[in-house]
Amino acid sequence: MSSMETSNLTREFLRKMFIDGKRFDGRSLLDMNDIKIEYKVSNKAEGSARVKLGKTEVLVGVKLGVGEPYPDSPDAGNLIVSGDLLPLASPRFESGPPGFAGIETPRLIDRMIRESEMIDLKKLVIKEGEKVWAVYIDIYPINDDGSLTDASAIAVVAALKDAMLPVLDKEGKVDYEAKPKEKLPLTKGVLPFSFTFYKLRDSILLHPTREEEEACEAKITFGASEYNGKIVINSCQKGWEKTLSLEEINKIVELIPDKYYEMEKKLNKLFK
Amino acid sequence: MTTKRPSGRKASEMREMIAKVGVVPNADGSAIFGFGNTIAIAAVYGPRQLHPQHMQDPSTGILRVNYDLLSFSVSDRKKPGPSRRSQEISKVIGWALLPVLDLKEFPNTVIDVQVYIPQADASTRVAAINAAALALAHAGIPMKDLVSAVSMGKIDKELIVDVDKDEEDYEEGEGATDFPIAKISNSDEFTLLQLDGKIQPELIKEALLMGKEACDKIYDVQKKALKEFVK
Repeated sequence: MSSMETSNLTREFLRKMFIDGKRFDGRSLLDMNDIKIEYKVSNKAEGSARVKLGKTEVLVGVKLGVGEPYPDSPDAGNLIVSGDLLPLASPRFESGPPGFAGIETPRLIDRMIRESEMIDLKKLVIKEGEKVWAVYIDIYPINDDGSLTDASAIAVVAALKDAMLPVLDKEGKVDYEAKPKEKLPLTKGVLPFSFTFYKLRDSILLHPTREEEEACEAKITFGASEYNGKIVINSCQKGWEKTLSLEEINKIVELIPDKYYEMEKKLNKLFK
Repeated sequence: MTTKRPSGRKASEMREMIAKVGVVPNADGSAIFGFGNTIAIAAVYGPRQLHPQHMQDPSTGILRVNYDLLSFSVSDRKKPGPSRRSQEISKVIGWALLPVLDLKEFPNTVIDVQVYIPQADASTRVAAINAAALALAHAGIPMKDLVSAVSMGKIDKELIVDVDKDEEDYEEGEGATDFPIAKISNSDEFTLLQLDGKIQPELIKEALLMGKEACDKIYDVQKKALKEFVK
């Protein structure tokens, strides 16, 4: 692993470039990367999407099953977000039980989706207190070139918009072969996006490549959506070992509404 | 604005705090910290040699944090053993503490911070951070400053300080937002920020300022506990 760590020389070089507002790929510090979306990655999944954010590529599948509701929410369906950093996607990923890096992104996206109420979980009750739909979202990176959380979040939202609700047979079991009639119930107008801002000394950037991301010293992920016609923050998590000042946090938070609308405009053309 | 807090507390009113160091005699440093019914016990072991050897870093010591709820600390018994939640919280607590530590003087070693919650009434990760910072100071680990942490929150439209379980579960209006923060005690540098809920960007700014004031009060309680020990 140590051979893949960013050298001080690279970090210093990038730091100087960022001060001048420059990046190797010609973007400005807060420019988003190119986004591409494909659907129907797996015809066995109830919803699926492949998202490319720059050279980062993520597959997301949504599966639906039936299960018992959680004791604290007898009147709502279950949402389970998981994922795995497949060794297929990067020489940096290793086989074995997921470490923190493997659970960080699914947990951040779980909170973004849950708190924004994008999925109408109340409509996923089959019999209150006994039987509900469980929405399983699984995230698999195919190629890691940085910004995995933000790329995964786009793929999750795309796959959810694509997802259908399978039919239940007479015994109440899921019939995956029968043609589904309904879409997965989503809350109208709720479209959560994730924005992770990365900091290297005094510079803040968005959608870094792997090389840029590794040079950075702190990051902060926000999940945002529209609520009553205004942008609200649904989730947030600061990561890594360096601090963020009050001023830096305020500056980043102020950027979010504009970035949200920019992303919405881009993705509305790509979403189904 | 009329307060809606189920406990009847004022918006900026915190629960009674307790803090004491030296609560685990075997540990190199230890502390207990509480916000009302939420209690955290922290113990520090180290710096000590890190095993397995290949994990050692010759340029610095490393910090390893293990946070968890005790099984009986919550209403529905918590299954013992690590969960995805406890792994995440352990990691962010480590990130919250590292900025005040300089472990370069302890190459190839590890400092283990063990922090457990015997009784939970929300705000457990911030209570854990306050206890862990005290335990590190009590262990005599060189620190630039302390770290103080609090859970900010919003119930419906109102910002509140030091969220308890009833508030975390608040469902009316805009519902509940939980916004735990940690900062370096004597500066405006933040070391932990997490959030769940629905909050307008402009209210985040306001919450951070309220949180700063709360952290000053927490810092006073932490300082007092350390001074009592020195006496």
